[in-house]
Amino acid sequence: MREKIVRRAVQEISDGMNVNLGIGMPTLVANEIPADYQVLLQSENGLLGIGPYPTEAEMDPDLINAGKETVTAVKGASYFDSAESFAMIRGGHIDVAILGGMEVSETGDLANWMIPGKMVKGMGGAMDLVQGAKRVIVIMEHVSKHGESKVKKACTLPLTGQAVVHRLITDLAVFDFTDEGMVLVEKAADISLAELQEKTEALYRISDDLKEIAL
Amino acid sequence: MSKVKQSFSEALAELQDGDTILVGGFGLCGIPEKAIEAIKEKGTKNLTAVSNNCGIDDFGLGILLANKQIDKMVASYVGENKIFEQQYLSGELKVELTPQGTLAERIRAGGAGIPAFYTATGVGTPIAEGKDTKEFDGKTYIEERAITGKYALVKAWKADTLGNLVYRKTARNFNPLVATAGKITIAEVEEVVEAGELDPNDIHTPGVYIQHVILGENYEKRIERRTTRGGN
Repeated sequence: MREKIVRRAVQEISDGMNVNLGIGMPTLVANEIPADYQVLLQSENGLLGIGPYPTEAEMDPDLINAGKETVTAVKGASYFDSAESFAMIRGGHIDVAILGGMEVSETGDLANWMIPGKMVKGMGGAMDLVQGAKRVIVIMEHVSKHGESKVKKACTLPLTGQAVVHRLITDLAVFDFTDEGMVLVEKAADISLAELQEKTEALYRISDDLKEIAL
Repeated sequence: MSKVKQSFSEALAELQDGDTILVGGFGLCGIPEKAIEAIKEKGTKNLTAVSNNCGIDDFGLGILLANKQIDKMVASYVGENKIFEQQYLSGELKVELTPQGTLAERIRAGGAGIPAFYTATGVGTPIAEGKDTKEFDGKTYIEERAITGKYALVKAWKADTLGNLVYRKTARNFNPLVATAGKITIAEVEEVVEAGELDPNDIHTPGVYIQHVILGENYEKRIERRTTRGGN
């Protein structure tokens, strides 16, 4: 299921972009970027141009990503401090941010940083990314482990940002958030419109140009 | 005059109970590990610590938590620390969670003499509660206050005797920011050279921000998540 989402998500990245990938499932998108693309991946802790994981010999404690994993830097990479890193994010210089989600609402609200009653870990850079990136793509499973729709009328969890999501990609569908509301633009081949509606709490319009998700 | 000091006890002489310390680093990368050890030894209590993260149980700021020296933590992500969780849930430890970009900018502003600024980050979220808002060109922003502290603890790669600093790779992170916002800033480094030996083109933090330089030895530089692609 995650693999399907990741393979659809990578289609949001085009040659030449500067991209920020969130921790967890979004990080996997990096492996799917076509080898002939010149894409620079940004890491909030101060690196534009994340490379692959290092070999044992290359491993360097002074070179990590925002998930605190050891990484390498690609040719043409740059290092900078945290204020510069977020100037890049908040100033609208990052083309796309692909982030994980717990809930997305029909107005494009995102909740992905805390569950009341559970230990609060912190929002890290998520609130900055959703406000600053030119395009915010959320990827998540459509339905929770408990069978509940994660695509909500209104988020029940504390928000990361209000009306910040441009596109939502799930294992079942792709939605855009427009001035006219939430629009279904793609659906998985193996689900009917009726079934999709049943698994989606949010109200959405179906695009006149509805496509099947192509992987 | 050389800013190089022989011991942390000299550099930390003015640190008192209840002070605010600003601490560089991201996760365990680029943290001032020697200064943190020195504060543990000194035993200063009721500190407010401003740092993106709070270390892990037995390394970084985690050792000051374990020793019950921190009263309040200002951070963006604290999910790696069990002692933190216990002290937070029992009410011993106060926590102010701040979005990472806002935290960086609050410290930068503090060092630059800017008392507050507006940002869209956090609008419509729990972070905005109790904060003033203002509209600019039809968009809502919240007001965030600058952060300064009595001491700033910085880890750099190299320093010269005047306190000009060079950082290495992603160990830079919050270090240049906290360097500007401490009343007294201590830079601990892996190498000290004479003034003039660093190319002025390459200096990341000008020495004007630095009061004390200390040469650290045997850096542990612990890695939080060792990830490799295999091979040598």
